[in-house]
Amino acid sequence: MYETNYHRATSVDDAAAKLGAAEDAKVLSGGQTLLPTMKQRLAAPSDVIDVTHIADMKGITESGGGIRIGAATTHAEVAGSEIVKRMLPGLAALAGHIGDPHVRHMGTIGGSLANNDPAADYPSAALALGATIHTNARQISAEDFFTGMFETALDESEIVTAVEFPKASACAYAKYPNPASRYAMAGVFVARTDGGVRVAVTGAGQNGVFRHAGLEDALAQSFSADAVAGVTTDPDQLLADIHGSAEYRANLVTVMAKRAVAACA
Amino acid sequence: MTGSAEGIGARVTRREDKRFIIGKGRYTDDMNVAGMCHAAFVRSPHAHAKVASLDADAARAMPGVIAVLTGEELAADGVGNLICGWMIHSKDGTPMKMGAWRALEHETVRHVGQAVAVVVAETRAQARDAADAVVVDYDALDAVVDSLDALKPGAPQIHPEAEGNLIYDWEIGDEAATEAAFASAAHVTRMEIRNNRLVPNPMEPRSALAHYEEADEHYTLWTTSQNPHVARLVLSAFYNIAPEHKLRVIAPDVGGGFGSKIYIYPEEMVCLWASKKTGVPVKWTSDRTEAFLTDAHGRDHHSEAEVALDADNKIIGLRVKTVANLGAYMSLFSSSVPTYLYATLLSGQYDIPAIHCNVKTVYTNTTPVDAYRGAGRPEATYLVERVMETTAREVGMDPAEFRRKNFVRSFPHQTPVIMCYDAGDYDASLDAALKAIDYDGFAARKAEAARRGKLRGIGLSCYIEACGIAPSQAVGSLGAGVGLWESAEVRVNPVGTIEVLTGSHSHGQGHETTFAQLVSERLGVGLDTVSIVHGDTDKVQFGMGTYGSRSGAVGMSAISKALDKVESKARKLAAHLMEASEGDITLEGGTFKVAGTDKELPFFQVALAAYTAHNMPEGMEPGLKEGAFYDPTNFTFPAGTYVCEVEVDPETGKTEVVDFVAADDFGTIINPMIVEGQVHGGLTQGIGQALLENAAYDADGQLLSASYMDYTMPRADDVPSYRLMTTVTECPGNPLGMKGCGEAGAIGSPPAVINAITDAIGTNALEMPATAANVWRALKSAQPAQAAE
Amino acid sequence: MANVTMTVNGKSVSKPAEGRTLLVEFLRDGAGLTGTHVGCDTSQCGACVVHVDGKAVKSCTMLAAQADGAQVTTIEGLASGGELHPMQAAFREHHGLQCGFCTPGMIMAAVDMVNRLGAPLDEAAIRAELEGNICRCTGYHNIVKAIAAASETMAGMKTAAE
Repeated sequence: MYETNYHRATSVDDAAAKLGAAEDAKVLSGGQTLLPTMKQRLAAPSDVIDVTHIADMKGITESGGGIRIGAATTHAEVAGSEIVKRMLPGLAALAGHIGDPHVRHMGTIGGSLANNDPAADYPSAALALGATIHTNARQISAEDFFTGMFETALDESEIVTAVEFPKASACAYAKYPNPASRYAMAGVFVARTDGGVRVAVTGAGQNGVFRHAGLEDALAQSFSADAVAGVTTDPDQLLADIHGSAEYRANLVTVMAKRAVAACA
Repeated sequence: MTGSAEGIGARVTRREDKRFIIGKGRYTDDMNVAGMCHAAFVRSPHAHAKVASLDADAARAMPGVIAVLTGEELAADGVGNLICGWMIHSKDGTPMKMGAWRALEHETVRHVGQAVAVVVAETRAQARDAADAVVVDYDALDAVVDSLDALKPGAPQIHPEAEGNLIYDWEIGDEAATEAAFASAAHVTRMEIRNNRLVPNPMEPRSALAHYEEADEHYTLWTTSQNPHVARLVLSAFYNIAPEHKLRVIAPDVGGGFGSKIYIYPEEMVCLWASKKTGVPVKWTSDRTEAFLTDAHGRDHHSEAEVALDADNKIIGLRVKTVANLGAYMSLFSSSVPTYLYATLLSGQYDIPAIHCNVKTVYTNTTPVDAYRGAGRPEATYLVERVMETTAREVGMDPAEFRRKNFVRSFPHQTPVIMCYDAGDYDASLDAALKAIDYDGFAARKAEAARRGKLRGIGLSCYIEACGIAPSQAVGSLGAGVGLWESAEVRVNPVGTIEVLTGSHSHGQGHETTFAQLVSERLGVGLDTVSIVHGDTDKVQFGMGTYGSRSGAVGMSAISKALDKVESKARKLAAHLMEASEGDITLEGGTFKVAGTDKELPFFQVALAAYTAHNMPEGMEPGLKEGAFYDPTNFTFPAGTYVCEVEVDPETGKTEVVDFVAADDFGTIINPMIVEGQVHGGLTQGIGQALLENAAYDADGQLLSASYMDYTMPRADDVPSYRLMTTVTECPGNPLGMKGCGEAGAIGSPPAVINAITDAIGTNALEMPATAANVWRALKSAQPAQAAE
Repeated sequence: MANVTMTVNGKSVSKPAEGRTLLVEFLRDGAGLTGTHVGCDTSQCGACVVHVDGKAVKSCTMLAAQADGAQVTTIEGLASGGELHPMQAAFREHHGLQCGFCTPGMIMAAVDMVNRLGAPLDEAAIRAELEGNICRCTGYHNIVKAIAAASETMAGMKTAAE
């Protein structure tokens, strides 16, 4: 790791000020992806701004019929939250299978969304549930937030402060993990919302998380595992690597969709 | 033998555990010396390139930097090239073609990660920062990574010494007799078999702390070694670091080896040299990525195998052609692995009258390949047991019965490929395993799984391996540069406590417990009065170290021999002290007794008498300390049957190992708990090879699986709990009847797993690792209509 | 270099540290507690697991500065008054270690597992929860047995204390 300056922010404003003041600062929101990247010398921020001690950025509350989760809330806290388990059990289950227990104690929902790793789990939930990402400057719909692999709509000085999930009548997530890293090779989040059935896929797409129109259409007609069994995904849009071909990932998308739908029951 | 509750066969907990469970283990990276600085290596990002220039000026000016040293300086100081210590001759009589391997390369790099310079700085971070600042210009050359490609005309030439990248073209067995067998065969099974490349991955990365003290012109090296004396010998005799008496090598607690810590690597040598060069103690600890790029890899064979049967389904011949990838350089024992540790085991547990095997080894632009847990024997076992299973299916015989029909049943049994099996009962382990798995009930389990949408399969592996490579004279005639005996010294102190100095090295095997159990068994003393000393060339007489499951059969035999001498002297002294005839003296429960009388003398009092020396028999020297060197008369031959049951999810291709039975014959067992642990670990590495692990290179020679993000280490949820049992035929070749247990699990398990999966999915077109993606593809290829649904 | 201060195994430790200094480096090099190990660079092997404010974390994936002011427990602090923690005792009793290198992280992870999930823990749960810890020696068989046994002991101690 290259040398860096550590700052602990006391408020969102303080974090924004520190972020703006430094030459090439990054938000440290748990660091479970950022720190390994820095250790490999693939990232070299001049400064890191730790936001995990900002009280306003932590905690889970019911809000307007949905759930508001502070950006610095850990995966373990989301997984264990009675509110999330009751209202969005699929989201709680997703959080409970990110990384491993130790990573879940440190990693945060805001950090995961802001990084938008194409194999991360949370982006699929945010997109499928139609979440709204709150920053220190504005609110961004998940639809507009994820702009490509490791790319988001965030400005350089912008900090994710909270995520708001609308309620869903049912939701579930099924992922097939990469055998080595345990990141998603294909993760499918299915949600029955007021706006209809929404399905988002992570891990498999060349441009990161995406909504799957074919699966959504099939489920709109019949919300059943059988309905998606015949839905295919164009392998040309999917990743291929030593762990599996694009065709294999396309198959996994269908299989995980079936399992997620079954888990919604 | 006097017997002891803590002796041979006792399931005693390990004496070494306490320091590990309270965080007080002492591994190399835990060591610090005053004034110590840190090394970081500048490594090639190219698989094959000329080093055009190297500019270290900026790096030398960075904070904390003591020196940046290059290969030119290393060569100028007369540090020798790395060697391969086992000479193999091609079938035409020419010696193997060894390319020069420099610890720091300044002309042509041949694999990604090869070191071209070293930085020494005050802190680890400063050294890494400065290593990044060394500017090296490379002229990239074409690279070749696959061994078959490397042999093709026009392939990039890697070493000038080895034309066409061929290191040797070796054979074993009777070619004419094998041809004749195939000419008369009623059935021939042919297979192409790939044994995937693995990375050993002991959890402790390699580390070295080198300290040169000018006043005495003496070096101390703490390092992660399975065999510190061999390291010292090679560093002295071949690399010209220092004469042996001026070099102390200490291998303290070592966090696993699995073969990868046998070898002397460039980094350890460079730390020694750099310590003298800079005048400061120098420490280097590998990170995991460096470990992936520089620790010797294992396996990587391409083979064609053919087996010939007569009309009665008896095997009459086996013909094998293997190409083995040795990587960019010949590592210390690399040449022996695909020859004498591989092809000599191709007879398996079977009576095969004619075998011929041709092995070509090649250079490629990949990390050097050498012995990894099993070393050659897993490759042989995988080939033989895949062929056995496939042949049984082709001729319509039950795979267990086909094996049974061809078992060796009389001993000693001379195979056509050098080995002479001394003892075994292959029916016994097969019977035990089949009974435990409920072989007859498999069809019902398969049907039940099918109702849950799972494909269930069963697979067997009847393995044999050879441990305790020996005798020295024989291995010498086969090209080994060292003898393969072991040494021991038993020191009885005046108060009767005992120190055993052994040339074996424990890096997880539990020697501090099992070796003490032997002493307890023999002398009737408590384990708490015995210490096992190992891993320090200043403390222990020369020894050969731990690998090849040799520490029991060879290392403990040496201790046993030394104990014979101690007991003999103590018995004479006891007889003298009790004024009895030596023939009447018995040793029971730690006390010498005179048969038929109530006279007795505890062992510790005899020890004290040996040191006071006030009353000794005529001509007896004072003291009670004996040494022994033990050179076995033959290899040992552990064998057994493994049965694996899997369930495959046809939707994802994921395999779950749902049951695994291992029936092993290890001969005498000292501590069943420790033996079981060895098998658990071996099985998991074998299942890892079969299902998960693969060192994958791209065409340019970049290692794609260079971290745990991409190299799949078996985790707790990848493997089941195992069901183990042992059958026993004692090894007649050593005093304890031991065969060795360290590698069997890794040797025997991969074919059992693949045989089970291919049984489940109904196609044999499957290579290791049988990842979910690979199994899904095999299923899809076999049943295109079904998989597309 | 700023000073980083934390309570390690009940004792206050204050040392200058670079911004980039990892918690594991602070513990090993700064506090001299070498029981916590580093086995990988990618936050997967779990040899470095310690407890920070009562929760298991990977100390190779946390800056020392992030733990400033925290309560840290390492393997060296698990036994109290010379008495092994039940998890340590179970690892020895059930031969849950061989080379010992993964052991500190494994034990710290296992204690955290029981703290979070309670007891008794079944085999499937233990295996799933060990996702963040790699052992190359034991094949996990005896580690799973040790954790299951210790979870029973720990539950018994909790009941006795109530």
